[in-house]
Amino acid sequence: MLITAAVIALLPLALPNNYYYDVAIRIGMNAAMVVGLNLLIGYAGQISLGHAGFVGLGGYASAILTSRYGWPPVAAMLLAMACVGAIAFLVARPILRLRGHYLAMATLGLGIIIYMVLVNESSLTGGNDGMQVPPFTLFGATLANERAWYWATGAVLLVAIWVANNIVDSPLGRALRALHGSEVAAQVAGVDTTRYKVRVFVVSAVFASVVGSMMAHYVGFITPQVSGFFHSIELVTMVVVGGMASTYGAVVGAAILTMLPQVLSRFEGYEMIAFGAILMLTMIFLPRGLLPTIAARWRRS
Amino acid sequence: MSLLAVEALSKSFGGVHAVQDLSFEIEQGKIHSIIGPNGAGKTTVFNLLTGLYKPSTGRVVFDGEEVTGRDAHELARRGMSRTFQNLQICFNMSAVENVMVGAHLRLDQRLLGCMLRLPAVKRGDTRCRDEAVELMHFAGVGKYAGAEAHAMPYGALKRLEIARALAARPRLLLLDEPAAGLNPTETHEIDELIQKVAASGTTVVLVEHDMRLVMGISDHILVLDYGRKLAEGSAREVRANPEVIAAYLGTLSESQER
Ligand SMILES: Nc1ncnc2c1ncn2[C@@H]1O[C@H](COP(=O)(O)OP(=O)(O)O)[C@@H](O)[C@H]1O
Ligand SMILES: [Mg+2]
Repeated sequence: MLITAAVIALLPLALPNNYYYDVAIRIGMNAAMVVGLNLLIGYAGQISLGHAGFVGLGGYASAILTSRYGWPPVAAMLLAMACVGAIAFLVARPILRLRGHYLAMATLGLGIIIYMVLVNESSLTGGNDGMQVPPFTLFGATLANERAWYWATGAVLLVAIWVANNIVDSPLGRALRALHGSEVAAQVAGVDTTRYKVRVFVVSAVFASVVGSMMAHYVGFITPQVSGFFHSIELVTMVVVGGMASTYGAVVGAAILTMLPQVLSRFEGYEMIAFGAILMLTMIFLPRGLLPTIAARWRRS
Repeated sequence: MSLLAVEALSKSFGGVHAVQDLSFEIEQGKIHSIIGPNGAGKTTVFNLLTGLYKPSTGRVVFDGEEVTGRDAHELARRGMSRTFQNLQICFNMSAVENVMVGAHLRLDQRLLGCMLRLPAVKRGDTRCRDEAVELMHFAGVGKYAGAEAHAMPYGALKRLEIARALAARPRLLLLDEPAAGLNPTETHEIDELIQKVAASGTTVVLVEHDMRLVMGISDHILVLDYGRKLAEGSAREVRANPEVIAAYLGTLSESQER
């Protein structure tokens, strides 16, 4: 936590221009989201292949409330969180009774439904063309440039890490890890496993919603693509590559996979192939993810 | 009054009648054993009692209330706790965290408190961790208090499960073959552990193949064969029962080898 704070505080010294700030901001936002998704995938052992849907819902709720109804961005963001949390809660119970492939398919379907709704409700969302999002203002001040966004994103990321770490090391987090380790052991210890899966699903959806709102304001524009299948896969890849059940691993995964498209920009069009290849290679050679594997090596030596 | 009453309980899997028309009672504060050859239905009885399986027919009454078909977590809330024949350890957690999971229901699990690590949650967790370490010492695995679960040997994991079950402060503790795979010294230690637990007022139901252990500590023994009750009574009564000798003791040496 302190190290992350120090990195965030010192990084600007190494960022020569706005382009690099932009990359750092995107890393921070993805990291905050993936830290939340890691609670669901890494710690509780569940899967969501539709998580970008919640990013989209959060982003569009912010976009619509601020641009069409003149809400202040913070209020819009909070309402978005509440709505996304409520939607996640309603769909979670039937979905999270499923396991393995069935859960994967159900969450995939959920993501597709959200995507289709965002495309089709074009009177509200602008359909495939997307919509403009006003800048983020807080107490009259506007997050006007990359530097301001950098600090705001850094703060949100730290809060996300703090909350995630708190959850992991709490009765709630132990219940989640226990139902991952042995579902029957958790049940006979009194853990209502379905209820806990629902809880972590809602928490990770709300993380996604917050980042969705922030991204919409930061970019100033939103299209249904943010809730698309490829984005969901990207998020899962970040969790898997960085390290399942490791909050800092999630940050590392987000950093690597956010930078990757920048590095690969010369091979435009092949990014998806690169993502797929990375996901496959990680599953084969580093099934526990980058950070946990390195940590285990280091401890052994 | 009995703590647990089972009436005409049956469970079948497809064509397999794992438990058939079984009735028995568990008295408060005693050590009960359920014995029988492999496949007799002992584990299935445990799974039915603790809510992991739903009975095909029959009733389970716990502490005067019908609890047939209730979910496992709800029965845990009412005071049931158990260990497993095939270990159910959470290898993604440390040893002491495994035990702390056993205390789940006594801790503050509210979302906001856990997210913000409110002082009440923190205090509860600190106390819970201390108690868990204490329980590990009680169960004879104190030296693993700082270990990861996956780094522990089999015999220690068996006792870690007992510590986790005790962390719930159960009224009824069900132990499924706690001495299986242990050497005689370890078995003797489990024997003493069970007696300590019973002496502290917890009602114990034991499934075990080690006859010395069973005959030595049981107040009451239930013998199962092909899912049915073959006999029940004190150790002496059961040992003298000709049907038991014919059906069970003949296969005893074989089942002990496993
Ligand atoms: N989940 C299950 N599905 C199918 N058959 C089962 C299941 N659980 C137990 N059985 C069957 O029920 C019978 C009793 O098994 P079990 O209760 O494990 O016996 P024991 O613990 O006395 O060795 C066996 O024939 C076993 O194959
Ligand atoms: Mg068995």
